[in-house]
Amino acid sequence: MKMSRWTMPLLGAGLLMLPAAAMAKGMPQLDFTTPLTLSQVVWGALIFGFLYWVLSTTGLPMVASVLEERATKISRDLDEARVAKSSADAGMAEADQATAKARAESQAAINAALNDAKSAAAAQAETLNVRLEKQLQDAEAQITRARASAMSAIRQVATETATTVVTRLTGSAPDAGRLDSAIGSALAARGIG
Amino acid sequence: MAAEGSNSIDALGQFQLHSALGAVGGSVNFTQSNLMMIIAGLGVMGLLWMGMKPRAMVPGRLQSAAEMGYETIMGMCTETIGGPKSRKYFPFVFTLFFFILFGNLLGVFPLFFTFTSHVMVTLALSLTVFLLVTFVGIKEHGLHWFTYFVPQGIPRALAPLMVTIEIISYLSRIISLSVRLFANMMAGHVMLEVFGSFIVMLGGLGLLGYFPAALSLGVNTMLIGFELLVATLQAYVFAILTCIYLHDAVHLH
Repeated sequence: MKMSRWTMPLLGAGLLMLPAAAMAKGMPQLDFTTPLTLSQVVWGALIFGFLYWVLSTTGLPMVASVLEERATKISRDLDEARVAKSSADAGMAEADQATAKARAESQAAINAALNDAKSAAAAQAETLNVRLEKQLQDAEAQITRARASAMSAIRQVATETATTVVTRLTGSAPDAGRLDSAIGSALAARGIG
Repeated sequence: MAAEGSNSIDALGQFQLHSALGAVGGSVNFTQSNLMMIIAGLGVMGLLWMGMKPRAMVPGRLQSAAEMGYETIMGMCTETIGGPKSRKYFPFVFTLFFFILFGNLLGVFPLFFTFTSHVMVTLALSLTVFLLVTFVGIKEHGLHWFTYFVPQGIPRALAPLMVTIEIISYLSRIISLSVRLFANMMAGHVMLEVFGSFIVMLGGLGLLGYFPAALSLGVNTMLIGFELLVATLQAYVFAILTCIYLHDAVHLH
């Protein structure tokens, strides 16, 4: 593994050096008779060094500050959005809760009203029943009374009728004691009195 | 650039150094190569300064380019070097990548000199990387760093041979890194010069030469596109290899 990593650059360098060596005679790059070939390197080193100094002290920190600014702004905005979302979610949950509460309250009110109406109706029916019962009882008592008075009148009517009939038939008034007992037994036989 | 009026193609003349910035530059041996380095450096600084000037939350085109460059190299550093110390080397890798990238790309423009086509320049860059990597390795691990040259799990008898190979391969990084960049850039520009000369020479032949001259122009058009790819790729390769070497120095294997 280690070998294959280095064989390629070595091979490449070797291959590239071949034409370079062949051309070396006429190559201006390797013309050391002129001082410019090496003086450009000295100047180049100064220029490169200066560029490195300027970029590392001013240029690159400038870019870094802008990128950092953007990154902080984006993260801040994201945080704000996250907070806004959570508050919106909380508001939503609150609204849901309020709706549920209102629904429950209205349901309770409906139930209460329904119960009130039911109990009122029941109470009304109760009083009506009581009144009707009373009327019924009154009517029954009246009937009983009427019946009793009618029954008590029947002995007198029977006595008078029997007296009248016996008087017409015999010409004399019947014995009151016997008549009364005969009527009593006759009434008792019919279940009256 | 083409050798007009003669039948020989001067493909190497474009790499000739000459002093720039007039008499003052000439007196301090300041070359056109260095002028291009300054232009490249100004290009990098311009990209960052003008790009980041708006400091916009939603970046425009230039700011996006600057940020993308920053984040690409930062990603390269953190992923390839790894570890908490990788950010320390980020400015160096960034400077290296963009210095080479701008040098390569500016070289594709006509009449512009390509300073990365000079092996002395790329050698200086690779030597800088090499020295940095070695320094970092020794600073991080002390003498233990030298075990880097002893591969694990090899027979004792083979150790001297393997250590020799490892040291040679370690040293050859200087050559491979510099020659890879220099040869790529030089080869591309030689090709461009050769086909550019073909256009002029064949076009001068009259009616018969127009078709091959047009063909050469087509080839050169393709080569320009290819050069843009190579320019970017070689800058990337230089930077990623630097990161890999730094990884080895920081982590030892």
